[in-house]
Amino acid sequence: MSLSTDDVQKVARLARLAMNDDEIEAARSQLSGIFQLIEEMQAVDTSGIEPMSHAQDLTQRLREDRVTEPDQRELFQSIAPQVSSGLYLVPQVIE
Amino acid sequence: MLNYSLKQMGAALRAKEISSVELTRLYLERIAAHNPVYNAYITTDEKTSLEQACLADEMLAKGEAQPLTGIPIAQKDIFCAKGWRTTCGSRMLSDFIAPYDAHVIEQFNKAGAINLGKTNMDEFAMGSSNETSYFGSVRNPWDQERVPGGSSGGAAAAVAARLCAAATGTDTGGSIRQPAALCGISGIKPTYGTVSRYGMIAFASSLDQAGPMARSAEDCALLLNLMTGFDERDSTSLQREKEDYARDLDQPLKGLRIGLPKEFFAEGLSSDVASRVEEALSEYRKLGAVTVDISLPNSRLAVPVYYVLAPAEASSNLSRYDGVRYGYRAPEYADLSEMYEQSRSQGFGAEVKRRIMIGTYVLSHGYYDAYYLQAQKIRRLIAQDFAEAFKSCDVIMGPTSPSTSFRLGEKGDDPVQMYLSDIYTIAVNLAGLPGMSIPCGFGANNMPAGLQIIGNYFDEARMLNVAHQYQLATDWHSRSPV
Repeated sequence: MSLSTDDVQKVARLARLAMNDDEIEAARSQLSGIFQLIEEMQAVDTSGIEPMSHAQDLTQRLREDRVTEPDQRELFQSIAPQVSSGLYLVPQVIE
Repeated sequence: MLNYSLKQMGAALRAKEISSVELTRLYLERIAAHNPVYNAYITTDEKTSLEQACLADEMLAKGEAQPLTGIPIAQKDIFCAKGWRTTCGSRMLSDFIAPYDAHVIEQFNKAGAINLGKTNMDEFAMGSSNETSYFGSVRNPWDQERVPGGSSGGAAAAVAARLCAAATGTDTGGSIRQPAALCGISGIKPTYGTVSRYGMIAFASSLDQAGPMARSAEDCALLLNLMTGFDERDSTSLQREKEDYARDLDQPLKGLRIGLPKEFFAEGLSSDVASRVEEALSEYRKLGAVTVDISLPNSRLAVPVYYVLAPAEASSNLSRYDGVRYGYRAPEYADLSEMYEQSRSQGFGAEVKRRIMIGTYVLSHGYYDAYYLQAQKIRRLIAQDFAEAFKSCDVIMGPTSPSTSFRLGEKGDDPVQMYLSDIYTIAVNLAGLPGMSIPCGFGANNMPAGLQIIGNYFDEARMLNVAHQYQLATDWHSRSPV
């Protein structure tokens, strides 16, 4: 399978990755090679096979609804790129 | 001392032949002298390591020592360790000081083991040569022009070069076993769900599993005893009785049925590795084992299936790196979108971006059924192949990697060639089975070759027994490049 430049640009946008034209072209060629490998799957008849989403057939454990974590806001915010008065700062999104 | 088993090292510490501070200092000096060449560690912290060693010496003095008390362990830089820089091999986390301990780190700390430092790895564990690390390639101690394998390449190199007593690794598609094979050490990826993933930076959550990397199967058993156990903070952690993985080490192998999948000995396997594996199988027959021909007909699809599922999970897991709460933020941006896009583009390396894009594509509208769902269905076929095979054998054996270590840069331009280095290991992760690699001699260019041992679910004790008996009869595991 061969991907188009448009496909790659769309995926980069969805993945929030900024890429220039050279990078898009390099990605297009490499991703096409990888999808050629992936295409081998299409020849397999999987009708009636249950998808396996996980290595163990587990049901999610439930626990009592109680506080288990202490407040560590200061510690966790100490490693943030930008905080002010206990809030994470990002560029303005609402006018 | 550097070639002591962990059991011997523990005994020497308890007998006061050496203190933990002295032992830790010995390794720190070796790291200072040799790490500039191997680049096996990203971060060391002499002060913290020696403080831990002092505490270990107190435990030893009070007679409170456990088997690994005072022993210096290298931790893969994927495990969060409180107060330690934890980078996952990425620029994205190059300044990230972990605010908490991973479950694995807690277990080692509680036992009084020493954190000797954080080992180099492929960025976000995505790679098979350690060349995708933001912190530079690791050199294979057997030949500095060759790769150590990956993603746990720093761990494997550190164990081989005697820059730690033992190490931890993680394995999503072969990242413990392949570097173990390429560096001539032993490593085991246990059954999925056995070791808690809490605090282990996520790559592909349905496949990621931690395990030990060491100089012998016996050492791996001791480490596994410590690393495993139920942890409610990981929703996939299994509630099982604690077991002693060393309990069966001394069992004889008479009557052991070894399954040989014909697909693992077909085209693509280099002749030198094939010969070493055949010789190992002869040794097993001498030890009383019998070999049985089996087939894993869907195993050839493991690589394509993996390169749908793992990137899909990765694209979701890595969406958390947005430059807001932690991690890298680009210095310049005009608005929020650009802040995300620039931070992620500058913070992630080429291979990580590639996998995020594959994952985003296969999960996007219109392609989900053809790729993601189809891959999940074939994943079940692969797991069923193993279930069928284990009806006629106790363990499965074959090569860990199709060749011995390759040169730095050799597979740089072609991601598909790199992906095929994990052709024999990936199916094991997809099925969630335990897998192991042990050294079985030297192939082309005098580089180590690895024998892969695959067990049924929860059969780690038997696999370690099978590996240990081979290591009693041979000495490949005690060969050292230094």
